[in-house]
Amino acid sequence: MDEQQKLEAFQAKIDAEIKIEPKDWMPEEYRKHLQRQISQHAHSEVVGMQPEGNWVLRAPTLRAKVVLLAKIQDEAGHGQYLYAAGETLGKSRDEFIEELQTEKAKYSSIFNYPTLTWADMGAVGWLVDGAAIVNQVSLQRTSYGPYARAMVRICKEESFHQRQGYEIIAHMAKGTPEQKAMAQDALNRLWWPSLMMFGPHDADSPNLGNGVKWKIKRETNDELRQKFIDKTVHQAEVIGLTIPDPDLKWNEETGHYDYGQIDWDEFWNVVKGNGPCNKQRLEHHKRAHNNGKWVREAALAYAQKQKEKQMVA
Amino acid sequence: MDNIKDNQGDVWEVFVQSKPGLPHKHAGSLHATDKEMALQNARDLYTRRNEGTCIWVVPSNAIVSSLPEDSDSFFDPSDDKIYRHPTHYVMPEGAKHI
Repeated sequence: MDEQQKLEAFQAKIDAEIKIEPKDWMPEEYRKHLQRQISQHAHSEVVGMQPEGNWVLRAPTLRAKVVLLAKIQDEAGHGQYLYAAGETLGKSRDEFIEELQTEKAKYSSIFNYPTLTWADMGAVGWLVDGAAIVNQVSLQRTSYGPYARAMVRICKEESFHQRQGYEIIAHMAKGTPEQKAMAQDALNRLWWPSLMMFGPHDADSPNLGNGVKWKIKRETNDELRQKFIDKTVHQAEVIGLTIPDPDLKWNEETGHYDYGQIDWDEFWNVVKGNGPCNKQRLEHHKRAHNNGKWVREAALAYAQKQKEKQMVA
Repeated sequence: MDNIKDNQGDVWEVFVQSKPGLPHKHAGSLHATDKEMALQNARDLYTRRNEGTCIWVVPSNAIVSSLPEDSDSFFDPSDDKIYRHPTHYVMPEGAKHI
């Protein structure tokens, strides 16, 4: 088969909803697209532990603390699932990590915002995990087998994350006027960055074309963003908080909410590294990685010793 | 260790049995430098919510897989033996429990 025939056979499989597996032939561009998307997803899970780690020692109750710890541990696990899926495409874990640390790879910009109050732990779970769920539910049907399987696993675990966040913010919204103000403030600060999580509008999205054709992405950025808005507005009403968008209103005709202009200058500015916490996040990641170096070395030395012992015996 | 491409340890495949009596099913993979670490990492990574009663870990490089490009010829021998299926046989009218 020549390249063109292979490409046609590949597209036929995609169109027939047959998953692509690691050893199958795939266009180089498909492989690259997935490596970029899966590693960005993995990095987001891992860097996403930082804004939450900020509150472990200041969690208001023991229950809140164990819940937060369990959630952070899940995020670490999700990063592992995703790196493992990414590695099936022929890049090593070390390469992925190096790309993150040298800023060749990105992670979700939302994690470059600070978590200033305990209410932010609520807003992060409710909005950030909520937005992630909308995206990840859709990705359960992505065309690459290992990525789809990782998504199924992640989605099962993720709904606890969103519910715990919504519980926190609902609790604060019912509290003293100061607590309610804190909840509203968290929503005000995190609403727009959460909408930006879905990426640029479809018309301005450079990676969308082949991603849709190859069914890596099953729904477009704007479709997913709309889904998130439609289900979140009511949740805000239930707990008496106001979404910070004066243009937000129900559109009878489309059956969706219309919403205001997203500040894309802010989005691109954060993507380019100028968000409030970009530097801090990356420095922390490097520090943790370097601090763990001796552990990896010791584990490798131990394994080597065990192997030698076995050879002698 | 043979397949260390980086300093994160070997890749291991994880199989989890969700209940006694059921087969072990592939759950995913992980990195570890030895078998104890592989087993503990598998527990922490794939059974945080009582998903399993038993775990197998296998070094990825120990797995032998058939190749997709050979699939057609490899599985061909089973293609033309319809007599291996029970529906191939004609039962007498009225026969039951067979």
